[in-house]
Amino acid sequence: MSIENNEEFRPKIVAFCCNWCSYAGADLAGSSRLAYPADVKIIRVPCSCRVNPMFILRAFEKGADGVILCGCHPGDCHYTTGNFYARRRMTLLFSMLDYIGVENGRTRVEWVSAAEGVKFSTTMNEFVEKIRSLGKNVRLEDLRCRS
Amino acid sequence: MQELVARAKELLADKTVARVLGWKAGDLPYNPEPAYFEKEEDFKDFVYDGFCGANLSKYMIEASKLEGKTLVCLKPCDTYSFQELMKEHRVDREKAYIIGVGCKGKLDIEKIKKQGIKGIESVSGAEINGPAEELKFQTVYGEKTCSYADGMLERCHVCKGKDHMVYDEIIGESRETKDSDRFAEVEKIEAMSPEEKFAFFQKELSKCIRCNACRNVCPACSCRKCVFDSNKFDSAQKANVDSFEEKMFHIIRAFHVAGRCTDCGECSRVCPQGIPLHLFNRKFIKDINEFYGEYQAGADMEPRTPLTDYVFEDVEPSVVTERG
Amino acid sequence: MYKIKKDNLSALFQMISANQELYVPAEVNGQVNLAVYREDTKADIDTLKTVKSPKDAFFPQSETLYTCVKDGKKISIEPQELASQNFVVFGMRACDVKGLEVLDRVFLSDPVDSFYAARREHGIIVALACHEPEESCFCKVFGTDAADPSADVAAWLVEDELFWKPLTEKGNSLTEEVKSVLEETDDKDEEKLSKEKENIRAIIEKLPYTNLSLEGWNGEVLMDKFNSPVWDELYKPCLACGTCTFVCPTCQCYDIKDYDTGHGIKRYRCWDSCMYSDFTMMAHGNNRTTQMQRFRQRFMHKLVYFPANNDGMYSCVGCGRCVDKCPSSLNIVKVIKAFEKQQGGEKNE
Repeated sequence: MSIENNEEFRPKIVAFCCNWCSYAGADLAGSSRLAYPADVKIIRVPCSCRVNPMFILRAFEKGADGVILCGCHPGDCHYTTGNFYARRRMTLLFSMLDYIGVENGRTRVEWVSAAEGVKFSTTMNEFVEKIRSLGKNVRLEDLRCRS
Repeated sequence: MQELVARAKELLADKTVARVLGWKAGDLPYNPEPAYFEKEEDFKDFVYDGFCGANLSKYMIEASKLEGKTLVCLKPCDTYSFQELMKEHRVDREKAYIIGVGCKGKLDIEKIKKQGIKGIESVSGAEINGPAEELKFQTVYGEKTCSYADGMLERCHVCKGKDHMVYDEIIGESRETKDSDRFAEVEKIEAMSPEEKFAFFQKELSKCIRCNACRNVCPACSCRKCVFDSNKFDSAQKANVDSFEEKMFHIIRAFHVAGRCTDCGECSRVCPQGIPLHLFNRKFIKDINEFYGEYQAGADMEPRTPLTDYVFEDVEPSVVTERG
Repeated sequence: MYKIKKDNLSALFQMISANQELYVPAEVNGQVNLAVYREDTKADIDTLKTVKSPKDAFFPQSETLYTCVKDGKKISIEPQELASQNFVVFGMRACDVKGLEVLDRVFLSDPVDSFYAARREHGIIVALACHEPEESCFCKVFGTDAADPSADVAAWLVEDELFWKPLTEKGNSLTEEVKSVLEETDDKDEEKLSKEKENIRAIIEKLPYTNLSLEGWNGEVLMDKFNSPVWDELYKPCLACGTCTFVCPTCQCYDIKDYDTGHGIKRYRCWDSCMYSDFTMMAHGNNRTTQMQRFRQRFMHKLVYFPANNDGMYSCVGCGRCVDKCPSSLNIVKVIKAFEKQQGGEKNE
């Protein structure tokens, strides 16, 4: 991998984006020509609430170094309340990951509206920077998935 | 126990109930099994003592589908599980006749054996009517004793109280056996460094044999098809060479019952490898209490549990990073 | 015969492990299981039974069969290498060794399981007599003598010493390797040993399950037992977990699965349990749809189907692990007794 080759570490980052706000926010970032690293792979979900804790663990298992979940701002959910539930779930899940010894900061939730292209881009830049500083995810990785 | 048997026979005879769900004496002095009793003569094997640790609430999911009422013996902590199942419409209250049975703390035979008591031929002191102070064992290696408290299950040391949450009648006396703090172990882990935490769980979970006993015994785990049994994805791995699989299983198992787990402690009781599985569930309970207010699953019939509820001002997930 | 002081056992372990992999029972967080010996391993030879049976050393819970790697449009298949180095398993009990005989019947008969056969060929077993048998043991019922294990090397714990007696060619060569830490025994030791054996046998006579009768269980009673109404009651407390099958020294069913690594697959096999709903699932569905059928399968296999196909050999060795570990306190002894009772017998009362 890149670390051994002494090249710059390119993290793999999965971003779950809700269809109604954050995915549109990412679109806006793109059409406004705001840059964010190509290390971020976006997976579109109908609502932040669609994200099952297992999605996040599976992403890590299969080799992701960081996972970020983006949804509508609390109160603005397209389905009225979805992100409220997502917020509670993610709070508990992140706390559990911290409890079993996963480095703090590999997971993040950010509320990004369709009008916040700038926020999307700065959030992603920040998050990638954070994961770069944390290095490769080894604690939640399945060794069989190493290439 | 005689009173319990007499009352059960009476209710069977006058057809109030069609069957009785209790415990049948085992072939060793400490291994009673959950059993149904339908005829008067079956009761000669009926037993209720310190070794009847099994939470019978889960069996009521199936019993609710049977014809007629089932009389079920529930200990104080089991009634939390039963009420939680009522809330989720997984058991039918109309189909159950609940006798709240007394409890003086339940015993853990593994813990007793760890104290060097083996080759057990008979036990005294585990009777429900007794003082439950000392256990005497007749073994092939001589007579041994052990204090009742030293033989108790972990969950009984953090007992939720001697009150039954739901019942039709109560038979027998209960005693609160709490003598340590429920969250002490969780706090100890929280204080560790990430490396220590990781090493701790790695070591514990490396013992896991994926037998699924913790899941199958759990009264809150009542899905008809579990994601870990589904052959549609590779989440049903049964056993694996890589230890991450075990971690994922245990996190998801505990997460799925978060906010519904009454902390009945059955998962830790049944684990053949002695993994303290309650540490996962209690972490969620502790977080729920801290973030969303004190909550005890199964203590009431309020329809909204912490994970099916919200308020606008809820903490953001970033609280985890910020609290340091 | 040779002997070594108990305090000096780590020297023996180090000497064995210098030349080959050594498995010993060792405690990890309160539970004793077989583990690979390293310098800092604390072997626990006093605990009678490991939680998982030592079959793990020959038939691991999970093992890779082969790996496929996809690279662009190319796919390569890498077969898994078979065991080719000798290894030593220390501290198996007489019942565990008997368990391997059962597994041999399955895996070494045609078609031979090459993974298992390679491990059997390279495995050297040092079996330990049971100094203090426990109430869940019933090995005598299946004709095993816990006082006199038959393996490559038989060992006994007598007072503060371990007696070491090679029984086979493999055992002899292992003994040669470690001779420098062993002492020769004399007549007095022989006497001590026969006393120890007597003691063990006397204790076994006192155990509650020792006189369990297997009358009525053989390969010929298939339909009679299969259709018995006893099963309808017996299975009810069963939680459908796999504890009994995973701690059992003779359960040999496995599942073969693919793990998607993102750049290929790893095909592996892992222990399966007849208690699980997807056991022997086929394209058309499942041939056992209720827990009663699954429960019945386990005991019918051990006490009827297996003897029918293997000259009357039961696939239970009486180690009692299921008795110790079942969360609902069900076990094979209760099954045998329930049938005895239904047929009006008194032997097992």
